[in-house]
Amino acid sequence: MPNLLPARATQQRLAIKKVASGKSFWGHARYVLSDNPFTLVAAGLFTLFVLMAVIGPWIAPYDPLATNVGPTLQPPSASHWFGTDSLGRDILSRVVVATRIDFVIALSAVLASFVIGGLIGACAGYFGGWLDRIVIRLTDMVMSFPLFVLAMGIVAALGNSVFNIIIATAVVNLPFYIRVARTEVNVRREAGFVEAARLAGNGDARILLLHLIPNAMPPMMVQVSLNMGWAILNAAGLSFIGLGVSPPAAEWGIMVAEGATYIISGEWWVALFPGAVLMLAVFTFNLLGDGLRDLIDPRRRT
Amino acid sequence: MLPLLEVKNLSLQFRTRGGTVHALQDVSLSIAKGETVGLVGESGSGKSVLSYALLGLSDAAARVTQGSAHFDGLDLLAASEADLQDIRGREVSMIFQNPKVALNPIRKVGHQLEDVLLRHTTTPRAEVKARAVHCLAEMKIPDPERRYHAYPFELSGGLCQRVMIALALACGPKLLVADEPTTGLDVTTQAAIMALIREKGRPAVGTQAMATLLITHDLGLARDQCDRIVVMHAGHVVESAPTEQLFREPRHPYTRQLIGATPVGRASLADLTAVRGNLPDLRRADLPACRFSERCGQASAMCAGALPVIDDGRHLVRCHRPAQEVAA
Amino acid sequence: MSAALLEVMDLAKRFPVKTPQGKGLLHAVDGVSFRIEAGETVGLVGESGCGKSTLVRLLTRTLPVSDGQIRFLGADLALVDPHRMPEHKSRREVQMVFQDPHDSLNPRYTAYDTIAEPLKLLGGVKDAGELRARVDEIARLTGLPPELLQRFPHQLSGGQKARVGIARAAVLRPRLLVLDEPTAALDVSVQVVILQLLADLKRELGMSFLFVSHDLNVVRLLCDRVLVMYLGRVVESGPAADVFANPRHPYTRALIASIPGSGRRALDHLLPGEAQSPIQMAGADASGRCGFHGRCPHGRDTCAAEIPLLRAVASGREAACHFTDTLPEF
Repeated sequence: MPNLLPARATQQRLAIKKVASGKSFWGHARYVLSDNPFTLVAAGLFTLFVLMAVIGPWIAPYDPLATNVGPTLQPPSASHWFGTDSLGRDILSRVVVATRIDFVIALSAVLASFVIGGLIGACAGYFGGWLDRIVIRLTDMVMSFPLFVLAMGIVAALGNSVFNIIIATAVVNLPFYIRVARTEVNVRREAGFVEAARLAGNGDARILLLHLIPNAMPPMMVQVSLNMGWAILNAAGLSFIGLGVSPPAAEWGIMVAEGATYIISGEWWVALFPGAVLMLAVFTFNLLGDGLRDLIDPRRRT
Repeated sequence: MLPLLEVKNLSLQFRTRGGTVHALQDVSLSIAKGETVGLVGESGSGKSVLSYALLGLSDAAARVTQGSAHFDGLDLLAASEADLQDIRGREVSMIFQNPKVALNPIRKVGHQLEDVLLRHTTTPRAEVKARAVHCLAEMKIPDPERRYHAYPFELSGGLCQRVMIALALACGPKLLVADEPTTGLDVTTQAAIMALIREKGRPAVGTQAMATLLITHDLGLARDQCDRIVVMHAGHVVESAPTEQLFREPRHPYTRQLIGATPVGRASLADLTAVRGNLPDLRRADLPACRFSERCGQASAMCAGALPVIDDGRHLVRCHRPAQEVAA
Repeated sequence: MSAALLEVMDLAKRFPVKTPQGKGLLHAVDGVSFRIEAGETVGLVGESGCGKSTLVRLLTRTLPVSDGQIRFLGADLALVDPHRMPEHKSRREVQMVFQDPHDSLNPRYTAYDTIAEPLKLLGGVKDAGELRARVDEIARLTGLPPELLQRFPHQLSGGQKARVGIARAAVLRPRLLVLDEPTAALDVSVQVVILQLLADLKRELGMSFLFVSHDLNVVRLLCDRVLVMYLGRVVESGPAADVFANPRHPYTRALIASIPGSGRRALDHLLPGEAQSPIQMAGADASGRCGFHGRCPHGRDTCAAEIPLLRAVASGREAACHFTDTLPEF
């Protein structure tokens, strides 16, 4: 049959009168959380992680850097829930404290690329012309590298430090935000309210900052959450191969690296627990992505 | 004579996350063979919902809670999807608003036409392209050989609508459902399209005239084109009468207000009257029996009761306090 | 003759285009001239592709001009680049009500923000109290209940959004208000209310209107004078009632005959066929023929050879047709 059917669902939605919603932000947040169980789970886990990041050092049972607080390479027990590593350090404490480093790295990197990438992309999308062409070509260049390899290259060139991991992760993430921002701004550039804003006396700068960018944000916000997950993985990955955070700092990637050599000899807990928590963190952010979009932009909900 | 399409007391609901929408309530409608009936009302009154329900095209969330619908003897509500597919395009066709969007954007229009012909007629494959071009030419589409190969985005709104009409009429249906077919088109294009629909509906020797259900919010268009007009409000049929009679003696307050709001033939802006209020929220559990009573302006205590059916055979009105008929 | 509020002379806008046949120029507005007096409501009618949207954007200075002048309040606005227009002193005197109320409001601004913005940027109002007072005043004039001002566009109905758009455009009391099909996206019941609101507002604030519409019925009711456009040119102009009663251009006749309920057959006034293309291919001679030729039932050889110019056919009436004096009774 030829496709003659219009979007029936939208047609029928006309039968449902739009009710003016006076719902507050928190009322809506509660609705979003109750609506999708995954979002609720993700939100719970996220809160847990944030808590760990903030008060980690105080609730950790042992000093994460202190060696020989227990016998070396002990399996999980009552006094060491995640066991101990080759230097006798308590793995649970290290995992909890590592949350802060990984979160800070991920958050800073993503924020930096969100802001900078967003601005560059918005300008490219709005002004078009040669600016747009240059930005696109540069973005293409960055994206043509395998991103992890590029991050490795940047850290190797700049030196091992937390700050440089942040820079590397941010740079590698820039194309993402540039492209999303560029597209969203480009699409809205011709919208009625932009033209109306010009007639109201807005110059280009105000139109970009007050009219276009705030409306381009919702799709970018979803990216933020997904990126956080990837950024944590990136940071851990870099540390795993020896770039970035150096021992004896507690960081999930380093811990997995240290534990990797012990898996064969049967001390599975050294690598497993940091790895599992890392996985859970990335999982949480990915799940959160959808919920975040629903939260920021209620009109987009179906 | 049996009507071609007969809808009796049809009620339909949508189950949605936001509540149950009582989209249609006790709707009755009939169309005789060859008749052109206009279905008018504001957007949200249920006109499109009704037409989709008849063709089995409703959203999955739709539930018919009472009533019946028969087309030429076939029970539409009980029919299987296979039966419905058989009659769609062949016995009953539909054309939609916004023709560019309603056509498949990634297929040439000629191929879309061929699909219909192959599905519903016995035209052999070797001849189907010639027949498709012939259909396009019948719709007064200039240069039909070339236009056969065009994609919808390459054609203007008016041409797309002609293609859609070609698709709809290719198999000579008994009933054409036209859902806002000219909304969004230029007024000169609109005149040409409506003339085309009228012309193609007229019987050739030996064939039956095509009935048309014209769904529109444009009262002026309905007045021009239709033999009879059915007025809907918030899922109810509120009035139905032959066209001129409806405009001469509108009995339902909503009809009167709608007529008062159309600019055709007025002397000045001050002559226009607005329709008061808004459509009620159809999700409410406490909807009054007369869904217009809250907007009416002349509602009284008796309007709380179940709606009467005042029908003299030609002019139907469902109102507790309809305007009096002018004595003949 | 006193100076008109707005005088447009030979205004033109050409867009370079690439077609499968090669490069060309799209003459969206092709030499348009007209005047608007203070306090007048002028209707601009024409169908899709006639250039009225482009003309409107030239007047509001969101598009650069290819040729011609726009004399307004002693300055030629055609010389002002769109990027410089927000700072121009006439920016506050020419405002626009947009066609689609759903698209023309910033989804992240409340109704109050939207209406207040021009006051802040163009009206120089700094004091929050004064801002509030003036927004409240225009809200009252446009029938917007004060509690709606805190809402976002998605919390407003179509009619309410239309009012916000009108309030925003009118808040600075511009001398010229351009209305681009302001009721096209609204239900007929809301349409009446908005039209009556516009009439009241005009009376109250003394603005001139340029009312662009494809709906002739509405134009007839609201406008003093009407301009009819076809393929980028004005083909007829005059007092609205006169033009409707006795149109002097074949296209105007076709338009009026096409209105449902006019009692006329559109096909008597319009030959089947496509409109001519507004695109002139590079290297081709400037077309010297009437734009309506081919669809005009009165067309003759002269029409294919020479462009008819817009000229006076009666007091206050103009038409661009070679045979306007010999057309049969309408």
